[in-house]
Amino acid sequence: MAKVYFTKDHEWVKVTGDDAVVGISDYAQHALGDVVFVELPAVGKTLTKGDEAAVVESVKAASEVFSPVSGEVASVNAAIVDQPGLINESPEEGAWFFTLRLSNPAELGELMDRAAYDAFVKSLE
Amino acid sequence: MNPDSIRTPLHSLHLELGAKMVPFAGYEMPVQYATGVLAEHLHTRQAAGLFDVSHMGQAIIRGADRVQALERLLPGDLQALAEGRIRYSQLTNDQGGIRDDLMVTNAGDHLFLIVNAACKGADIAHLKAGLGKAGTIEELTDRALLALQGPEAATVLARLAPDALSMPFMSYRCLDILGAACLVSRSGYTGEDGFEISLPADRAEDVARRLLAEPEVLPIGLGARDSLRLEAGLCLYGSDIDEETTPVEAALVWSISKRRREQGGFPGAAVIQRQLRDGPPRLRVGIKSLDKAPARAHTPITDKAGQIIGEVTSGGFGPSVGGPVAMGYVQTSFAKAGTAVELLVRGTPREAVVFEMPFVPHHYRKI
Repeated sequence: MAKVYFTKDHEWVKVTGDDAVVGISDYAQHALGDVVFVELPAVGKTLTKGDEAAVVESVKAASEVFSPVSGEVASVNAAIVDQPGLINESPEEGAWFFTLRLSNPAELGELMDRAAYDAFVKSLE
Repeated sequence: MNPDSIRTPLHSLHLELGAKMVPFAGYEMPVQYATGVLAEHLHTRQAAGLFDVSHMGQAIIRGADRVQALERLLPGDLQALAEGRIRYSQLTNDQGGIRDDLMVTNAGDHLFLIVNAACKGADIAHLKAGLGKAGTIEELTDRALLALQGPEAATVLARLAPDALSMPFMSYRCLDILGAACLVSRSGYTGEDGFEISLPADRAEDVARRLLAEPEVLPIGLGARDSLRLEAGLCLYGSDIDEETTPVEAALVWSISKRRREQGGFPGAAVIQRQLRDGPPRLRVGIKSLDKAPARAHTPITDKAGQIIGEVTSGGFGPSVGGPVAMGYVQTSFAKAGTAVELLVRGTPREAVVFEMPFVPHHYRKI
């Protein structure tokens, strides 16, 4: 059973065992506006928690996506490179960014669960 | 939001329309509405968009010698400017740099000026000092400014003011709109046909609501205003032009007539005349990326060998182009359209080519 965690920078990470899928939240895509470009990390790259992992650009500006946890990039979602608009349509499902093989699963304890993240987003409004 | 931010007369209307408000040049301005930048941009090119540009400065210069006096502060040819016509020019400094860019209208017994929001305080002081006894300047602080832009703009405005339809591009008329005395210019900042409407602040909401009630019209925020002007190749003061760039370097020579080039008589004329004679060291050019990564302002521009030859001053995704577009300055030897260059986006070289602007053809009213 996969479990999903969130960061204060509005990334999500869905974890099954030592495998993690990373994306950005619905709040993040809404704040960005129409996404027009994505840059993803190279497969095989080692990321430390908090590293700049990807870039998303809207018409207005470029924003960094930080890795919520440490690990090695196992795959990337080519579909969002071809169709960046998918990130606006399906940010927390189809439009995932990359997958990681976790190197330090203990880091997950520092992240928020869905309920805590929802409360965090509410506090921003 | 900074509590000192000034609100325009349309503030409550923006909130009602779901605008996201941001601080801009001391004002609280709508960056986008619920539709979003992409849809707002495309709608303006297809139908008509209404922009609140009330943050911009509006001023009137009076005095018998106003034309000669203002010509001493800018390289534009105001003697050749017929009544009811508008000219784009730049206030220059003694080094030939640009203090601000502006629109000057010959309104018969006075000149009507529109200047940038961020510069207006300094402009008014500079104009007051520069005009001396030859002219008086009055800032119009009780007026709003609306821009109605797009291929349907004329059809829409003509429903309220039929005389708008026959106005030539870069002309000006006083028109009655819903009983409000409006100063209407056929001009804009999108590359499309359209109008800029100066009107009493207390009538702005009425007129805006009436225009927004027309089926062709959507409200458009500053986000799309920026992407529209970028595709049209138009300069943003403070990014593409400033005190360090001359009109020659900025490729604005078209706005300086032969008489003014030869006679000079404006601040920095010696520098500008020398650059016209010998060529400027750098030029503002359009740059089209050959891949999908947008290059934002301050992205280094290199030659094919990786040597830095300039910098992007404005850049982003062009919704009508369907890809990234940018403008910036390059060493003059690289300024020819078609020259292959590279953009160093976050350290990665991206192939690009110098492109003759505009990126999207202008659709101004002919004549």
